[in-house]
Amino acid sequence: LAELLFWPALLLYGEAAVGYFGDVRRPGGAGRAATWGVRLGWLAQTALLAVQAARDDGFPWGTWASSLSLFVWLVVSAYLIWGCRRRYRLLGLVVMPLAVALLVIARAGGGTGGGTASHYSNLFLVVHVGLVLAAFAGFTLAAALSALYIWQERRLKASPATILRRQVPALATLDSLALRTVAWSVPLLTLGVAVGLVRLVARGDRLDAVIAATAATWVVWCAYLGLRLVGGWAGRRAAYLALAGFVLVVVVRLALPATHFA
Amino acid sequence: MMRLVLIGTSHHHAPVELRERVALDRDEAEALAARLAEGGREAACLSTCNRTELYVAAVDVEQAELDAVEALASLEPEVEPALYKLHDRAAALHLFRVAAGLDSLVPGEGEILGQVRLAHELGTTGVLLDRVFRQALHAGRKVRAQTAIGTSPSSVSAAAAALAEQVFGSLEGRSILLLGAGKVSEQAARNLRSRGAEISLVANSKTERARIEEELPAVDVVIASTNAAGVVLEAATVADALRRRRGRRLLLVDLAVPRDLDPAIGELDGCYLYDIDGLEQIVSETLSGRRREADRAEAIVAVEAEKFHEWHASLDVVPAIASLRARAEEIREAELQKAESLLGRLDESQRRAVEAVTAQIVNKLLHLPTVRMKQAAVAADGVLYAETVRHLFGLDEDER
Repeated sequence: LAELLFWPALLLYGEAAVGYFGDVRRPGGAGRAATWGVRLGWLAQTALLAVQAARDDGFPWGTWASSLSLFVWLVVSAYLIWGCRRRYRLLGLVVMPLAVALLVIARAGGGTGGGTASHYSNLFLVVHVGLVLAAFAGFTLAAALSALYIWQERRLKASPATILRRQVPALATLDSLALRTVAWSVPLLTLGVAVGLVRLVARGDRLDAVIAATAATWVVWCAYLGLRLVGGWAGRRAAYLALAGFVLVVVVRLALPATHFA
Repeated sequence: MMRLVLIGTSHHHAPVELRERVALDRDEAEALAARLAEGGREAACLSTCNRTELYVAAVDVEQAELDAVEALASLEPEVEPALYKLHDRAAALHLFRVAAGLDSLVPGEGEILGQVRLAHELGTTGVLLDRVFRQALHAGRKVRAQTAIGTSPSSVSAAAAALAEQVFGSLEGRSILLLGAGKVSEQAARNLRSRGAEISLVANSKTERARIEEELPAVDVVIASTNAAGVVLEAATVADALRRRRGRRLLLVDLAVPRDLDPAIGELDGCYLYDIDGLEQIVSETLSGRRREADRAEAIVAVEAEKFHEWHASLDVVPAIASLRARAEEIREAELQKAESLLGRLDESQRRAVEAVTAQIVNKLLHLPTVRMKQAAVAADGVLYAETVRHLFGLDEDER
């Protein structure tokens, strides 16, 4: 059943990614089809995760690959909050190709099937993984909003004659949404990391590379919040900082989990 | 049957010098409609800066046409060669196109919908004009809801306001600094104010430089249109103001020729500078976008015109259908009366069942003829069918 649900989810996300590209060339039908692709793909992936949860004895996303699948689901869930609005379709151009690529990697790592009963089953760990992944999903969305900000700002600076042809959220809106998303995500990451550290100390384990990278990520995003709320940063500078923070998220998610989960 | 007649002139047929002489104000439009509606007719006058049109519903089309032409010629005899005359379906289609903004100078402009509504309200209308105006308003709204014909700005001032919304989102509470007060900059400011922005200062570039520099860190939009020979606001002045703005964005619109604002301002972080050429290119592009949308709007309007035609054509056969149904009902009731001695023995529920069954038989028998007559009416055979039905069922004899 998990196999049956994986392919529709991947194909629908793929359709959405292609649809959003089509929407850039000719706004209208392709964008609407893409939005439905996101919705239906998300439903298929939700069912896939439910099947994994029902089948496995314990926390079913205990491997880096399966946690990647859960991460994709969280990112798409966060995107769905705004992505269905016409003005935010361009955000899908960043989010959906990423979702497709990560889901394929998760699949290649065996994270979308069943039968991976995990030795991670205590509540602390579930909360730790869940909170960190939710925070990373928020950072991903904030980075997508920032990328859209930079693109739209360049357009407004260059002022092509077609500037008003496409409905894009206002710069101020993108800027404030990115800030709000990060403001929600940083506490989640803080709590998630704290829970992980409690377990680390309780078990007497040592710090590993992923913990260090996660700490660096936490510092960058805290700096983002601080500079925006106290230092008066806004606009392009803040958007570039968000993209830098996202690079660390990618590093943590893709390069290092093998060591952490091992 | 009542027929629809349209007599009028517009920017396609008459120059403004002619149009202004046949333009009607609110009271004149109301009075003329009332005058044209005398003798059981219906009439409405649509008068805007681009057109004056008289819509008359009458049985005697030729007389209605003559009266309408005479009414306009009495205002200005020279207008007569510039008048167009349309009837029934073509007249309705024209009104629908007008309401949708497809006949306007700027395709999809929104003001016309209100003007059509006003013409309807001021008119002396009955069944036909009520229907055609309501459907025109519906078509106008539908076009604006289902196409993007009216969404993009059609003037430099509207483009400036749209760009401000792209930068700030809502303009509620945003403040504007006006440098100089030309006509276009006033329009731009009005456009921004209609979206919630407020003018914080109107300044003359030469005498109020200190006030401008003082105000600059606090405002969100600067609109410049002075007659100054050189640059009024240098990039260094704006850069200095930006340092005190803590990252707040600044939109600058330069409507002056020669330009008032230093082009280097556009390079500053958080500043968005547009000059008159840039704005005019944007407007030109959005207008071509409106024209592209016009094809879709034409299709919507054509469907609405067809619906109106079907309804109007059905008026040919409606009296015959009504008579036929009345005749059938009369026969049904008479037969029930005759059977009263038998029906008297039935209880209340049985009587109701008999009533329902006989009514059902009548309805089923008349359903297909009714549908066929309406179809024939659309195909222009309605009168023939109506006459045939009247003859076959002796409806005229009853009326006599």
